[in-house]
Amino acid sequence: MGFFEILQSIIPIALFYSAPLIFTALGGVFSERSGVINIGLEGLMVMGAFVGIVFNLTFADTLGKATPWVAIVVAMVVSALFSLIHAVAAISFRADQTVSGVAINFLALGLGLFLTKQWYGKGQTDMVSQPFYSTNIPVLSDIPILGPLFFERVYVTSYVAILFAVIAWYILYKTPFGLRLRSVGEHPMAADTNGINVYGMRYIAVMISGALGGLGGSVFALTIALNFSHATIVGQGFMSLAAVIFGKWHPLGAMGAALFFGFAQSLSIISSGIPFLADVPAIYLTIAPYVLTILALAGFIGRAEAPKANGIPYIKGSR
Amino acid sequence: MFSNRMFNLLVPIISVLLGLIAGAIIMLSFGYNPIDGYIALWNGAFGSPYFFGETIRQVTPYILTGLAIAFAFKTGLFNIGAEGQVIVGWLAAVWIGTTVDAPMFIHLPLALIAAAVAGGLWGFIPGLLKAKLGVHEVIITIMMNYIALYVSNGIIRDVLTDSKDSTDTIKESAALSANWIMELTSYSRLHYGIIVALAAAVFMWFLLEKTTTGYELRSVGLNKHASEYAGMSVSKNIILAMVISGGFAGLAGAMEGLGTFGYMPTHSAFTNIGFDGIAVALLGGNNAFGVILAALLFGVLKIGALNMPTVAGVPSELVEIVIALIIFFVGSSYIIRWALLRLKKEGN
Repeated sequence: MGFFEILQSIIPIALFYSAPLIFTALGGVFSERSGVINIGLEGLMVMGAFVGIVFNLTFADTLGKATPWVAIVVAMVVSALFSLIHAVAAISFRADQTVSGVAINFLALGLGLFLTKQWYGKGQTDMVSQPFYSTNIPVLSDIPILGPLFFERVYVTSYVAILFAVIAWYILYKTPFGLRLRSVGEHPMAADTNGINVYGMRYIAVMISGALGGLGGSVFALTIALNFSHATIVGQGFMSLAAVIFGKWHPLGAMGAALFFGFAQSLSIISSGIPFLADVPAIYLTIAPYVLTILALAGFIGRAEAPKANGIPYIKGSR
Repeated sequence: MFSNRMFNLLVPIISVLLGLIAGAIIMLSFGYNPIDGYIALWNGAFGSPYFFGETIRQVTPYILTGLAIAFAFKTGLFNIGAEGQVIVGWLAAVWIGTTVDAPMFIHLPLALIAAAVAGGLWGFIPGLLKAKLGVHEVIITIMMNYIALYVSNGIIRDVLTDSKDSTDTIKESAALSANWIMELTSYSRLHYGIIVALAAAVFMWFLLEKTTTGYELRSVGLNKHASEYAGMSVSKNIILAMVISGGFAGLAGAMEGLGTFGYMPTHSAFTNIGFDGIAVALLGGNNAFGVILAALLFGVLKIGALNMPTVAGVPSELVEIVIALIIFFVGSSYIIRWALLRLKKEGN
């Protein structure tokens, strides 16, 4: 297999696995930039996956081809509402944000499995009939060299994810809203003094993270898992959290980290077809993404500083 | 007025009650009888010697992972890596248990120590990176979880066995299980491990509350800069905390390897013993004695829940929701305190 063919098989798979992580990590960036730690990303993905699958199974006949797209939007809305639980606990009830994030993780899985048992009478749902399919993107896939590499047999959702990252960057760094959101996470008292509604901004940020986490979970469910069970979302939310930190709480950094995870994952999947990787025992390739992440963080990424007020409840009037 | 001590006791109790009430409301709204449901739960945990044995068996690793996470919390660290430390501890215990030949009084302690050392090593790496390079321990421990999972699967398949999905059974001399306990509890999988877990809790209490080392660990957790200024080595204490935390979690793995199962299967997903430990530690207020009580509650809920579908027709997943809500209420203790004070004021 030539170098070009290798790239051609790696890139679509890397994009495929990265998309859910990109969405969810962007959610994490919004929440943590506003000063609310979000360990609950995993639970938000679970909720998104559950809603996406249930909606898809229920409405596949009526909505036809549009089902997966409507399903991910519904998953976004439901997960955003679900994340309100975390928001209320962390912002209004001054809960330890790690604790309420953990509660979100347990709650989403518990609810999802309970309702699955309740509605389908078994531990996992059926396979969806209307998942996302890979396509050749019109026009772009006709570009020589780049077309076959990046735009053939890909999922549109992967490009939506990258687009979202750019939009998130623009919102956070180029708009007054973004400046306010970041200021609330760095120095809430100063922001408050300047007339910014700290609680309001944080609520919005957590709900954005809920929407994006739900989007990530539903995209994962409708491209990769195709059903919902206890084993649908197992750690992807934590990987996204890792991508947030790896990417230094920056939307494009988080996207880069998520792409890197996807790339590393794709290596272990297609290694048997690649000459110099075929002889490497599978185990080394399986753990490669995790080891490389540790080395990268320890080596050349350097010290990452979280937003200053991350994890600290804001209490009006206290110094 | 309530004293702080009272609050610290009342908040978890009220949280548990609120969680159970919420569970009852959910059961009602789905057309189940909550009283039948909770009776089935209670009987499923205590109704027969077998169920009781299984409950205590489940409590054992929960105590240890709860301690692991609580210990790290005390030094201001969040050890999400207990999961991976459980897995390497399990592997190390079974490795020693299957390959070494020695009388029990050497073999069993050796296997337990191996598990603690393996878990400690798995905690040492994130501790070192945190202390020396300032890398966030959460992300490193998450990565270490995956590495533990895949590496231990690889070792079971390629080193300990010839491409099998599970190791051999450990030798009798390394087993925590005992026939008389099994007979007493109608052949549940209860084993001596509970003694190890309780001893570990006493050890944690003693270390943190009664020794200089513990004072330093807690001090670093409360205020790094003040501790540094007072002449303590922050990085040494961070590493130590992660190693001891990992050691506890490693022992939890040994409980599974030497007690419950007696072997180690390859895992396609995480065991969740470590992740559940986070909830145990939080409910237990990161205190050794509280962790024991919280682990007991979680063991009762988890094992009791298995009885709910057959007896009351309630899906056992309900318990996961109850546990989540309990954690939520514990986390929101501020609002419970506020409500209690309100009630108190109106009463006067």
